[in-house]
Amino acid sequence: MLDKTGIASLEQVKSRFPKKEFLAKAKAIIECYQDIPCNPCQTSCPFGAIHIGDDINVQPKLIVEKCTGCGICVTSCPGLAIMLAKIEPSKAVFKIPYELLPVPKKNEIWHAINRAGAIIGDALIESAILIPKQDKTVLVTVKTDLNLLYEFVTIRSKDHE
Amino acid sequence: MMTNKELIIIGGGPAGLTAAKMAAEAGCQVLIIERSPALGGQLIKQTHKFFGSELTYAKTRGFDIAKLLIDDVMKFKDKIEIMCDATVVGLYPNHEITVYQKGVYSKFKATAIITATGASEKFLAFENNDLPGIYGAGAVQTLMNLYGVLPGQSIVMVGSGNIGLIVSYQLMQAGVKVKALLEAAPKIGGYLVHASKLRRLGVPIYTSTTIKKAIGKDFVEQIETVELNEKWEMVSGTEKLIDVDAVCISVGLSPLHQLLSMAAVEMKFVNELGGMVPLINENHETSYPNLFVAGDVIGIEEASSAMIEGYLVGLIAANRIGYHHPHYETLLQSYHDQLSNLRSGPFGAKTRIGLAKLRGETHAR
Repeated sequence: MLDKTGIASLEQVKSRFPKKEFLAKAKAIIECYQDIPCNPCQTSCPFGAIHIGDDINVQPKLIVEKCTGCGICVTSCPGLAIMLAKIEPSKAVFKIPYELLPVPKKNEIWHAINRAGAIIGDALIESAILIPKQDKTVLVTVKTDLNLLYEFVTIRSKDHE
Repeated sequence: MMTNKELIIIGGGPAGLTAAKMAAEAGCQVLIIERSPALGGQLIKQTHKFFGSELTYAKTRGFDIAKLLIDDVMKFKDKIEIMCDATVVGLYPNHEITVYQKGVYSKFKATAIITATGASEKFLAFENNDLPGIYGAGAVQTLMNLYGVLPGQSIVMVGSGNIGLIVSYQLMQAGVKVKALLEAAPKIGGYLVHASKLRRLGVPIYTSTTIKKAIGKDFVEQIETVELNEKWEMVSGTEKLIDVDAVCISVGLSPLHQLLSMAAVEMKFVNELGGMVPLINENHETSYPNLFVAGDVIGIEEASSAMIEGYLVGLIAANRIGYHHPHYETLLQSYHDQLSNLRSGPFGAKTRIGLAKLRGETHAR
């Protein structure tokens, strides 16, 4: 259905998550489901944790042990298809790319949004970082309820609906 | 009066700029003739980060890529001459061209010419498609990203190729409500990461659906959509109305071949490449010796392939004129390899098939 609606299925999403025991630390979730000629995720990762290879038409693979959760790939992916996920007791923490205005601010509560664009709960903004290297793509850290782990993908302002 | 030049490049977009840089690096004198007021082609309107590899500036935003390519050209001030706001209106045998610039016609004769004219947008036939408020995607990008003018407040995008998906995202970024994206084919045409990016912002994507008519008195106020069956026939009873004040049409591009047709080079219609394209050899040379082509004019692709083709053809054209780049063989091989790498995946299939058809291979895959 992804190729008709733009919405990845739960199985597709889960296939990009490492086993839960790895998620005590933040890990990259790479939602690139097509063989497109592109490799900035691989070349931007300072730890060699994303593998594509010489043929750039191959989907990236995360080498989960090598991923430090630094977030560089999140703002390097031109498709905004990478986020970081981490599990805390009863909470899920994400780092997502964000390119809309207004830019969220620390401690604000925004809507948590799923892959179909629907509101699924609240998202607490922990930080919103923009340094020149990110080239205008803001890296937002948000906290949601743990049950949104496989559903959450982005945020929406409660003031701009 | 006729002015003589070594190499004339028609078009200052990604292919023309990289061709100029490479030819100048080899030692060649170059004249770039660009129709617009500024160099950069379509790149200057592109606010998104580009796909591809580092060699073609992946993860850099389009307008920044334009700056990088223009900077490269400006490093060769003694070798590269630039005419902007200048339209090539004639391309004749003996490598003569006529140029119209600010009310003045002038004539040039070149040893070699690279045509890098790019592509133009296709449009769609439907009732009332001439109502104000109905734009091509290129016009929307020019208004919005170049001049900071919104095309409307609520819009429907027609076409789910990469341009349709990307421009929809840019419209959302600019604060325009994209009410729907329509795609006549059963599947989304562009990269699914772009589609997902849009979908999560709440933009519904309707495949097997097209625009039947636009409704409005002085400007578009509503559109009627209709679903299509497997035979691409409209299914009556599936019509829906959507309130809009703008419609954006993004249904593909076709190569800007008119100058080449005027020069009477051998042409062929190849659907996979977007329309009429010139027959070329492995040097990207047309049937008219020393007339080369690079970029979308030889088949619709991405800016990344246009840039590599530009480097490749700049290298070859300079060599033909007598300027042998010190790394000619290595670079030549590298650009051929990069092009085949870019085209080797599923999204390169159309280009692979198209180029094979152009070469006259019947069992193209």
